[in-house]
Amino acid sequence: MSTSTTGTPSTDKDAGKKGTSLADTDFAHDSTQASTLGESLRGYVARVRGGDMGSLPAILGLVVLMIVFGLASDQFFSLLNMANLVVQAGPICLLAMGLVFVLLLGQIDLSAGVAGGTAAAMTALAIADRGLPWYVAVLAGLVTGAVIGVVIGVLVARLGIPSFVVTLAFFLGLQGVILYMIGQGGSVGVEDPVLRGLTIDNVPVVLGWVAAAVLVVAYAGGSLLRYRTQVANKLQHQPLSLVVVRVVVVGLIVLGITGLLSLNRSVNPFFPIAGIPYVLPLVVVLLLICTFVLDRTTFGRHLYAVGGNAEAARRAGINVARMQVLAFVICSTLAAVSGIVQSSYTGGVSPASGGGNTLLYAVGAAVIGGTSLFGGRGRALDAVLGGVVIATIANGLGLLNQSAYINFLVTGIVLLVAAGVDAISRRRRSASGL
Amino acid sequence: MSTAPLLQLRSVNKSFGNVRVLHDVDFSVYPGQVTALVGDNGAGKSTLVKVIAGIYGRDDGDYLFEGKPVEVTGPRDVAAMGVEVVYQDLALCDNLDIVQNMFLGRESRKGVVLDETAMESRARETLASLSVRTVKSVRQSVASLSGGQRQTVAIAKAVLWNSRIVLLDEPTAALGVAQTRQVLDLVRRLADRGLGVVLISHNMVDVFEVADRITALYLGRVAADVPTSELNHSQVVELITAGRSGSLGIAENPATATV
Repeated sequence: MSTSTTGTPSTDKDAGKKGTSLADTDFAHDSTQASTLGESLRGYVARVRGGDMGSLPAILGLVVLMIVFGLASDQFFSLLNMANLVVQAGPICLLAMGLVFVLLLGQIDLSAGVAGGTAAAMTALAIADRGLPWYVAVLAGLVTGAVIGVVIGVLVARLGIPSFVVTLAFFLGLQGVILYMIGQGGSVGVEDPVLRGLTIDNVPVVLGWVAAAVLVVAYAGGSLLRYRTQVANKLQHQPLSLVVVRVVVVGLIVLGITGLLSLNRSVNPFFPIAGIPYVLPLVVVLLLICTFVLDRTTFGRHLYAVGGNAEAARRAGINVARMQVLAFVICSTLAAVSGIVQSSYTGGVSPASGGGNTLLYAVGAAVIGGTSLFGGRGRALDAVLGGVVIATIANGLGLLNQSAYINFLVTGIVLLVAAGVDAISRRRRSASGL
Repeated sequence: MSTAPLLQLRSVNKSFGNVRVLHDVDFSVYPGQVTALVGDNGAGKSTLVKVIAGIYGRDDGDYLFEGKPVEVTGPRDVAAMGVEVVYQDLALCDNLDIVQNMFLGRESRKGVVLDETAMESRARETLASLSVRTVKSVRQSVASLSGGQRQTVAIAKAVLWNSRIVLLDEPTAALGVAQTRQVLDLVRRLADRGLGVVLISHNMVDVFEVADRITALYLGRVAADVPTSELNHSQVVELITAGRSGSLGIAENPATATV
């Protein structure tokens, strides 16, 4: 029973400096690595079978949808439509990314769509009526979103009204606000070249390639650096082969999309269109920021903790109410970004902006991507993957010229299936203890 | 006992409205010893623990830490002195891994970034120093752990933060035989490292196995506070159920025998 370490009870402050080889202690059972690629693959299969599916439904769904729509419509895989799909997916991904923060806490924000609409209206009016420069107008829109988030967050966290009810009230109320701002039957155009260009202009081809290359090199460098630190400090790490495979896959996807979007997709030979739409880098940058915040900062860690077990988080000294307010602020602010991008794509803001199925698309996107409605599970990347799936459905059905009722039916079914998968995988997780 | 108590409560009273839950309770925790707190349901064990933890205030009586009276106004004061309470429901986040749970609320950082290297190394060192051998990996999610392993993580969290005193509320209540064994070994090792350990338990076998002292509560009064070696099983049961056993316990006096 007694060991070398128990014999010398050390305070843990200097434990790191002692340099005892852990292989000598009883803790040798703690393997720091799944030693081979095959083993990690088997581990992954076991996790999926145990209900921890992550983004698998989104990726499978995307493949199936691509095949179905590719067979049903010869335009679907045209370069023009692929670029269009990227732009369509943008606002959905951004809104879903914001929702991830709220969903992580096990809450919901039903007003995020119209909060985005309100922010877009604010931005559009600031330019159209007041003649403010675009960056001031965008700032006004973002502040509008943040303020809405603060109010929702305070009502939920301090007054204890269920978020479902608070945000349903905001869903109705904010539609009234947009209507008041714009006027019955009116609409405000977005003509500012920078804002409009976000979705209709493209990054110069050369610059796009440079950015893509920088992204891939940075990802590869970061992954390898992390691997080396983990090995050097005897931390738990993945096998090198898996790290390499992951870098190669990410590299191929990034460079593949860049290559696809760098080809001339114009149907008119005199007006070539090529390059990445500006909205894609915007989504990528926000994805990187959100991922950093969630994975690498105390704030992100506490967000997961509150979502996993609010009582445990409270006892650990985390201010749960503050986390809730901040999550709603982030959600509404990202919703504002999403609303502004959407207004750029449609070319204007109408009283219906952000209403309808905007929010349900985004919730569906986050959940399909692997974010749990029960809290504590989810990544920013889930929102982007799910957003692409949802955008593919909307895009594909649009190409097939289906009646509007089909769109509503399909969207409803997709949302239900995603939530069902989430609930079932949660049951399996608790049964298999993952 | 030659050593001075690390923490001491002197004639503490606590009432909830008209109901007096603690009567002139004296309670001491010694460094390097396991003090078992026993008593029937409603004897006041949980109230006493919550008074020590700073969750409840005292009506009167002294709270001494290392011989000096201290002002305790809330759980934070108590935590700052190095007193850690491991609750029965454990309060771990299932979606986080062992390292993340052990550092929850007190994460190490480098600038704004979490310092995973330092946290994982220290968590592993701590578990290793407690001879915890049952955990496959410190990056395992807590949801995948057994009850005993979860208890172990909760206790190791207290050790990681250099706590002086650890209060364990029914740590073996929900555990099987082998897991109880692991946790009791761990409790013993904590005391061997010089910590003051308070073990609240209904299980006499556990108490006799690891405790150095037994404090028995009966209807809010301390019936006995004696070294384990001077007691046997049936005496403790009598102290718990009747408040007295032979020469030990509350005097058979009608004035004090009722609550």
